[in-house]
Amino acid sequence: MTIPLLDVAELSRRFPAGRRSWLSRAPGPQVHAVSDVTITLGRGEALGLVGESGCGKSTLARLLSRLLDPSEGSIRFDGRELSFVPARHFAADPARRRIQLVFQDAGESINPRFTAWDAIADPLRTLLGLRGEDLAASVAEAAALCGLPEALLGRFPHQLSGGQRARVGIARAVGPRPDLMILDEPTAALDVSVQVTILKLLAELRARLGMSYVFVSHDLNVVRLLCDRVAVMYLGRIVETGPAEAVFRDPRHPYTRALIAAAPALDGIRRPVPLLPAEPRSPVDLSPSLCAFHGRCPDGVERCLQERPVLRRMEEGWEAACHFAGSKHGALPQTLPG
Amino acid sequence: MIASFRHVVGENPVTGFAFALFSLLVLAALVGPSQAPFDPLASDTMASLRPPNGLHWFGTDQLGRDIFSRCLVAARLDLGIAAASVALVFLVGGFAGLAAGFYGGWIDMAVGRVADTVMAFPLFVLAMGIVAALGNTVPNIVLATAIINFPLYVRVARAETVVRREAGFVDAARISGHRDMSVLLRQVMPNILPLMAVQMSLTMGYAILNAAGLSFIGLGVRPPMPEWGIMVAEGAGFIVSGEWWVALFPGAVLMVAVFCFNLLGDGLRDVLDPRRRT
Repeated sequence: MTIPLLDVAELSRRFPAGRRSWLSRAPGPQVHAVSDVTITLGRGEALGLVGESGCGKSTLARLLSRLLDPSEGSIRFDGRELSFVPARHFAADPARRRIQLVFQDAGESINPRFTAWDAIADPLRTLLGLRGEDLAASVAEAAALCGLPEALLGRFPHQLSGGQRARVGIARAVGPRPDLMILDEPTAALDVSVQVTILKLLAELRARLGMSYVFVSHDLNVVRLLCDRVAVMYLGRIVETGPAEAVFRDPRHPYTRALIAAAPALDGIRRPVPLLPAEPRSPVDLSPSLCAFHGRCPDGVERCLQERPVLRRMEEGWEAACHFAGSKHGALPQTLPG
Repeated sequence: MIASFRHVVGENPVTGFAFALFSLLVLAALVGPSQAPFDPLASDTMASLRPPNGLHWFGTDQLGRDIFSRCLVAARLDLGIAAASVALVFLVGGFAGLAAGFYGGWIDMAVGRVADTVMAFPLFVLAMGIVAALGNTVPNIVLATAIINFPLYVRVARAETVVRREAGFVDAARISGHRDMSVLLRQVMPNILPLMAVQMSLTMGYAILNAAGLSFIGLGVRPPMPEWGIMVAEGAGFIVSGEWWVALFPGAVLMVAVFCFNLLGDGLRDVLDPRRRT
């Protein structure tokens, strides 16, 4: 069996919340931003990462792009363990070139003192060591790939439109020819009409350059169109993962069902949406012995407060973390073992 | 740069005025000593305390020295002291603030405490103390002026760095393979330079005032060397007897210089901001 490009196992990241006492040695309260995330990604594959805001998908994107150090867990990239390389030193790592990130807000991610040309040239200079004519040729090539006319390259970010800025951000990431591209809601800040062209560009680039994508989004329709597989996150954990088409057709986790029901349908017909009651639980010091979705879950029973459901295999490459997943829409609660 | 300069001056004539005044001051500092109509040190007791006239534009002082020439020659010393102290504090305070804001932790604590300690003193009294303790030489005036401005530079540099440390383009630079030092110097620093330049222009005014103030109370440059502060001090005694010009003209020149650097600060920000380039 070939090694997957990205093999993430039991990845967690906690942030301290508030102060801890100077006197006690006990750890202070912690936010569990990402807990026990296990995903694999093959070469050329696209994985969609969805969930509501605050579910930890952006933190996961930052962990995977090695801007942030995990609290525990492993990130194997092309067979090599990367979690031991501290984020501070990762800039000098040979894998830096191969993992690139496209930011949510392209405007904010471009140095205001850089022209579009400078922004695209920057990683080529530092990561590939290109200079002079080679550099100019590579910048022109990356810009052309992303549909940026040469006339725009001399402009500063504030002189570009949102769509053009997004293209600069993508060109900068594509320039070093990464194997893994992490896209952190790349179209969230754009007009709907521009979103479509940017998504088309991203699909085209993946087909052309054979990159793998981790596509973070809260737009389910986008993930459905662009990704082979999808992972649904809730409060830092993956609650369902599987082939995108299958998961969207027949979601097994009640949270996935609610998400899909809440997404506007592509046919434009509005359906009554079963809204989730209340707010998500606080991610601070989550109890390890209950289902985090309990309280908002339409199927929640006593068992969900005593035992946290783990990811169980539904079908090949399809897992869900719900006690009732697999039994059709939670009709029959399974009995507690023993 | 030149185009944006023209644009900014066209938009705001006050900035153009400040730049013109600045050029005039620099010119005075450069060629003043060689072009002064009279020897600033030569006394002529026959012509003492003459009011302003065609020959002596600003009049003469109690020893008959030409006040205009003395004001002109003093520009090099006063501006030199201010520029040297601002350059020194910009380098030391600017980098200390940059490092404090970027790395945080104990560096931030240490730099912050030093700045707070300086801030705890009345600044002019501190400058007096430093010069009195180290001896009143020009390098010590420069040092004292730099030290009292240190907290200001640290705070501006630190605050601006903290804001930008979290900015998207800093993460983008890391993704692009920049290490800490490179992110700090090539990405963060160029973005806070315009603000530092404004800060420099403003403190330049205070530095001139501070150097002149030290000389005024006798803790700075010593007579008979022409210096605006000393000249005001020497002239102060003659105001009651009606010879107002001895103190007024050096004081006016001092005021114009401080005023010029304050105006310049605003204009400089507009010229250096890339968002103003259209």
